[in-house]
Amino acid sequence: MAAVLRERTGKEAVSPSRRRPPDARTKRKGFHARRSRTLFLLMLPGLGYFLVFHYGALVGNVIAFKDYVPFDGIWGSPWVGLENFQRMFQDTAFWDAVLNTLWIAVLQIVFYFPVPLALALLLHTLTWSTVRRFVQSVAYLPHFISWVIVVALFQQVLGDTGLVNSYLGDAGLSTVDIIGNPDAFKPLTVAQVIWKDAGWGTIIFLAALSQVDEQQYEASAIDGAGPWRRFWHVTLPAIRPVIVLLLIMRLGDILSVGFEQMLLQRDAVGPEAAEIIDTFVYYQGIVGGDYGFAAAAGLFKGVIGALLVYAANKVAHRLGEQGVYK
Amino acid sequence: MSAHVRPGWMEKPKPLTQAAKAVALAAVVLLVCVPFLVIVSTSLASQREVVEGGGWVLWPQEPTLKAYQDILDGGIVTHALGVSAGVTVVGTLVSLACTVTLAYALSRPGVFGGKPVLLLVLFTFLFPPGMIPSFLVVKELGLLDSYPSLVLPVLVNVFNLVVLRGFFQGIPEELYEAARLDGAGDWRVLWSVVLPLSKAALAVVGLFYAVAYWNSWFYASLYLESEHWPLQQVLRTYVVAGTDLTDTATSEGTVNAPQTVQMAVLVIATVPILLVYPFLQKYFTKGVLTGAIKS
Repeated sequence: MAAVLRERTGKEAVSPSRRRPPDARTKRKGFHARRSRTLFLLMLPGLGYFLVFHYGALVGNVIAFKDYVPFDGIWGSPWVGLENFQRMFQDTAFWDAVLNTLWIAVLQIVFYFPVPLALALLLHTLTWSTVRRFVQSVAYLPHFISWVIVVALFQQVLGDTGLVNSYLGDAGLSTVDIIGNPDAFKPLTVAQVIWKDAGWGTIIFLAALSQVDEQQYEASAIDGAGPWRRFWHVTLPAIRPVIVLLLIMRLGDILSVGFEQMLLQRDAVGPEAAEIIDTFVYYQGIVGGDYGFAAAAGLFKGVIGALLVYAANKVAHRLGEQGVYK
Repeated sequence: MSAHVRPGWMEKPKPLTQAAKAVALAAVVLLVCVPFLVIVSTSLASQREVVEGGGWVLWPQEPTLKAYQDILDGGIVTHALGVSAGVTVVGTLVSLACTVTLAYALSRPGVFGGKPVLLLVLFTFLFPPGMIPSFLVVKELGLLDSYPSLVLPVLVNVFNLVVLRGFFQGIPEELYEAARLDGAGDWRVLWSVVLPLSKAALAVVGLFYAVAYWNSWFYASLYLESEHWPLQQVLRTYVVAGTDLTDTATSEGTVNAPQTVQMAVLVIATVPILLVYPFLQKYFTKGVLTGAIKS
């Protein structure tokens, strides 16, 4: 410390107890201001991006209250008040999209959510670390494959002429009609999400599992607890906070289900099965040119979604968990 | 094997449990690998074999690279591959530069405007602006049908920013002090002290950006005319939506069975991910990500 002060003030520190020589403060301030200017410049490109593409677009949401005419631009188009929202609330197609979104999200929570947890528990019980690392590597991989490829792979495997149906046909069994079948679409999307993200989803559970003190297992084993009781009394309490947190966060994000995934397959199965809020916005606005109306639907989703995330965080804090932000 | 260690207190596993575990693990591995095997095999098979196999092949008897030669011989796929590679390389570099500078500035205490800027950035996480207004911003800026429209609207990813900022904050303060006492300005500190110490974090974030740019197709469909499309959007149109490959797809027209050509496109779109994956994988274990997820 004394050496640092000596260097900074350019003179000998009189005694180690004198922590802040009189002129250190002014020197520090001058240094700080210069430093800040460079740092501020460093901040500018990234900050500019957020201002233009996020806050600029955020302001652009005013077209939800306008009858947007491309020729007149965002500011020249006439105000229409809440007309877009009134139309939206009376549009059955919009409510169908909301219902589809919620329905798919619930299916995902029920059938997808437990899979990474189960897989993580399975991986955690493996003592042979070479095998464990290999399976982990394989299981993480699909997360990095684009949705275009995932959908194409599912077509190849489950389609009319795909792997599964060829086998069933050769074996003289009846074939399954999955790809392009609206009734099978929602379970199919859940299967796709499981294939793509269940492996990646284990990371957070494995991190929590690795935090458990090995001695707790050892102690309970010595006390006569078998594998199941150790699981129930040591493992589960350790990962319960993570499970609760992830579940709450997923509920807060319930208005979002994979937009790219749905958009890629919507044409094949039709909007009754595959229209979600995000694709509704896309088809009304980008495809249909009804920008104000589509922006209203998007804004509706954004506001409700933000409130839900906020509420989910509150619940997380109430339960003594950390939440995504403080 | 030495890695196979069972703690002394753990009871000897029952054979039945062992078998069940082995079956489950094998199922996971097969579910991931078989689809890839099918597309690679089909892309390497001859037209006759694919027709006999009813549209796919599990193991080609007479492997041929014909499908690859056809699509890489000029035409839509070759061009799209170039676009994807260019956007991925340039986009990753620009994104990384902007993310590093912002993350570094936000990681230092006492920056002018640091607090509000951080809040501003984190708020976008809670409230994304929406598809239509974002589209209109790109349109008003005159970026439609230009390659920057694939990069600028997704320039800085908040998650990556938070990862890097957290990493920079973890660098001991003494190192900053020491560099400053040696007369280094902020640029020097960033370039000669912070970046060399952050190689692992930079690699992860850079690879995340690269994967995202490579996999991106929606913005291309939104902003670009079809002759400028990257590979994933071409793949979407010809393979997923099933539009026929036209004469322009290959330099000599559709000379091969479309199925083998389609699978070859699929393989080419997947291979770069498979190539960078081991590098990405290497850093998972280093806890760069788990630490970030927790924070």
